[in-house]
Amino acid sequence: MADTAPLWGVVLMPFALVAAAVAAAGLDAAVTAASRRGPAAALRDLPAPLGEALRLLGQQRRRTDVADIVLGRVGIGLVPVAAVLAAAVLPWGFRAVTDPVAGIVWFNAMEALAWAAIWLAGWGPNSALSLIGGYRFLAQGLAYELPHMFALTTAALGAESLRVGDVVAAQQGLWFVVWMPAAFLVYLLSALAMAFWGPFGHPVGRDAAGGAVVEYSGADRLLLLGGRWLLLVVTASFSVPLFLGGGQGPLLPPWAWTLLKTAAVLVLLIGGRRLVPVLRMDRYMEFVWMVLVPLTLLQALFAAVVVLDR
Amino acid sequence: MLDDVIFWTLGVLAVAAGGMVFRFDSMARATYSLLLSLLCVGGLAILLGLDYLGVVIVLMMTIEMAIMAVFMVMFMMNPAGLMPMSMLHNKRGGAALCAGVFVLLVVGIVLAPWPERAGRADGDPTMALGQSLMGPHMLTMMTLGFALFTTIVATVVLSTRRGRYDRLGDDLRARHADDPVRGGIGR
Repeated sequence: MADTAPLWGVVLMPFALVAAAVAAAGLDAAVTAASRRGPAAALRDLPAPLGEALRLLGQQRRRTDVADIVLGRVGIGLVPVAAVLAAAVLPWGFRAVTDPVAGIVWFNAMEALAWAAIWLAGWGPNSALSLIGGYRFLAQGLAYELPHMFALTTAALGAESLRVGDVVAAQQGLWFVVWMPAAFLVYLLSALAMAFWGPFGHPVGRDAAGGAVVEYSGADRLLLLGGRWLLLVVTASFSVPLFLGGGQGPLLPPWAWTLLKTAAVLVLLIGGRRLVPVLRMDRYMEFVWMVLVPLTLLQALFAAVVVLDR
Repeated sequence: MLDDVIFWTLGVLAVAAGGMVFRFDSMARATYSLLLSLLCVGGLAILLGLDYLGVVIVLMMTIEMAIMAVFMVMFMMNPAGLMPMSMLHNKRGGAALCAGVFVLLVVGIVLAPWPERAGRADGDPTMALGQSLMGPHMLTMMTLGFALFTTIVATVVLSTRRGRYDRLGDDLRARHADDPVRGGIGR
């Protein structure tokens, strides 16, 4: 069903992704400003991320003693690169940059690459706090990754295909979110977690003075934190082809539906961040292993029975 | 033509990165160099048309190497592995063995009388490969997988210091688990 995008789509994709990330970060800044200084400040703070990006570009790089510069830079660079590579299988409307047979696995593999990259970025500067940040993400990522994989698997199971285009096509008439609500919720939770954002911000948490990013300044910091916004936007928008019917909808063209649904998911995540404090990891870990993993397995079983019965 | 370029780039990179594992004096660099080598192998599998296998190699090896990096650094003798160190245990022997196996495989590939392609390539090479590898032995593989998984779980259960009787009492009737770290389900 999904076609491959023309060449200009390939060139445009990273820029569109960056624009979406800037918009999401702007919304976040506006909501923060509105909650602190009233609604009037929201408009003024909307372009704040752009200003912050410019400020970071002009800032000097910080150097640490005996740093592993190569690994640190590889880690920093891999975060945005992995996010853009993951977005290659993301259909805009019904067109993706590429629609390989194992698209869902590709998406997951790129997420895993970003996961490994954070450890590298934390390792690089030879600093205890940043190493703690990197270690946190690796250790916690194991608890996030399993339910995340099961949620992805459930969507693939429902479509009987790992091709993202087939998953979108299979939702004609009935979106997967209707009969896979548990998988959708777990996907959203673990999408936040894989982008270590909001309630899952431990790897860059304040209790570790900034964790994995503590020693980075200037362009390094911009790439790392900007890459995190890219990751968030990509993981959030991947929930649209997986569970929300992709570009399907009445009246409007497919790309507009994709955009609308992606925006809705992002607003939900950014707004929801205000309502949830940073989670206590020892509690959340047990919740993941004891509740979310069995829940997603049951959801996958349900999807399998429905598919067999079809 | 393009396939050739990709093949040689990935192949040379894979071998070079694999070789660098023996040259680096840092656990982190050695691990991630091995990861680079394995990612190239995944790319080569995709180039062969085995999309699923290739992408799964990328996914699994990334997770595996990241975890390995942490465990290696954690259990090495210098704290957090922040000092330079090499894998001194039998470095030469290991390198010689790897080079030997590599040469053996390459010679095998070059000298083997490969058959000409008969018929057309299968639409889904991954499926075809799986069928020809374990078609009639699927039941064996499933049983084996189940046995392996049970072994892993049993080993963890046997080796853990605090079992469920420590947490929930001798008759497993305690309302709240007695854990050294508070928090979690129902507490």
